[in-house]
Amino acid sequence: MKEKHILYRLFLTFMKIGLFTFGGGYAMISIIENICVEKNKWITNDEMMNVTIIAESTPGPIAINCATFVGYRQAGLIGAAAATLGVTIPSFVIIFAISLFLDNFLEIAVIAHAFNGIKIGVGVLIVEAAAKMMKNMKRQWLPSVIMAASFTAMLLINLFSWSFSSISLMLIAAVVSLSIFILETKILRKGGEQK
Amino acid sequence: MIYLELFWNFLRVSCFAFGGAYSAIPLIRDVVLSHGWLTDETLTYMIAVSESTPGPIMVNLATYVGSSQAGFFGAVLATLAVILPSFVIILLAMVVLKTMIDNIYVQAVLEGLKPCIIGIILATGIYMCINNCLGQAQNFSIDWQAVILLALLLALTAGAKFLAKKKLSPIMLILISAFLGTIIYH
Repeated sequence: MKEKHILYRLFLTFMKIGLFTFGGGYAMISIIENICVEKNKWITNDEMMNVTIIAESTPGPIAINCATFVGYRQAGLIGAAAATLGVTIPSFVIIFAISLFLDNFLEIAVIAHAFNGIKIGVGVLIVEAAAKMMKNMKRQWLPSVIMAASFTAMLLINLFSWSFSSISLMLIAAVVSLSIFILETKILRKGGEQK
Repeated sequence: MIYLELFWNFLRVSCFAFGGAYSAIPLIRDVVLSHGWLTDETLTYMIAVSESTPGPIMVNLATYVGSSQAGFFGAVLATLAVILPSFVIILLAMVVLKTMIDNIYVQAVLEGLKPCIIGIILATGIYMCINNCLGQAQNFSIDWQAVILLALLLALTAGAKFLAKKKLSPIMLILISAFLGTIIYH
């Protein structure tokens, strides 16, 4: 009985989180912290920090990572599933509804004009997000070179509609970074032996 | 088999979307354009809609693409594909991942991925701005209305940052650009 109760609460709480967090992952972290750490004491502050770090260095939406973690801590695998479904369902329902009538919606002239403006706003938004990430980047030669190279490559791919996926670019970057790291540590070790 | 294709492609996107919502946008753009699932224009609209509705952008876009291509079950499958990697990763994290992330070689890979994804996002954003103002490289023409709008929006975001020392929230920026759009394109 008690187990059912916690599943129900996990599901509802995360549904609320999913419904009221606009603006993506980082906005969600502060809300999840407030509800799960401070109010419900489901996880500790330290655990919250750990999830954030793991979420940042693994792929996928941060909100899903947090929901899975809290749910698992409270009620194991089923708890993880309940919390994750809870956080996903609101956006699923809203977008699904929108998908059914977006086309009719766009036929209205005023709305079509508004979306012409929005198109440009989204471009600005993406450039802004990238600029913010660049600010937090390490000021070293290797990251800077990788960034410049992938930027140039991606821009050319887009401009000339080349068929080369961004995932392939990322794989190349990973291989380059790893090989340079291995080379560097080998050279350092050799240098150390000579001394 | 559209269901399988939706699931597989969004699974791939989700496995490579390091660093938050915006890193997924170029990857999703790749997938939907190469499969002809969405036009560049609809995708941009949906990014705006995703920003103005709650929930992770990746989930929103997956739901929309799935629904537009294969109805309700398409939406469910694409959404599940986006969630699954993060879900599994956290379950693994309970056991091994914390020590794995501290591993120096894994660190070296991550150090390479981070700047690469930043470059990809920047290129995508700049390309979208260019594309809106100049059209495709194949049929080049300057859309002055778009250029004016872009200049206005850039001035606004820069102004907000320097004068009010506050970043315009994405929703605010989208609302402003929608409003300016109805005026300029009228």
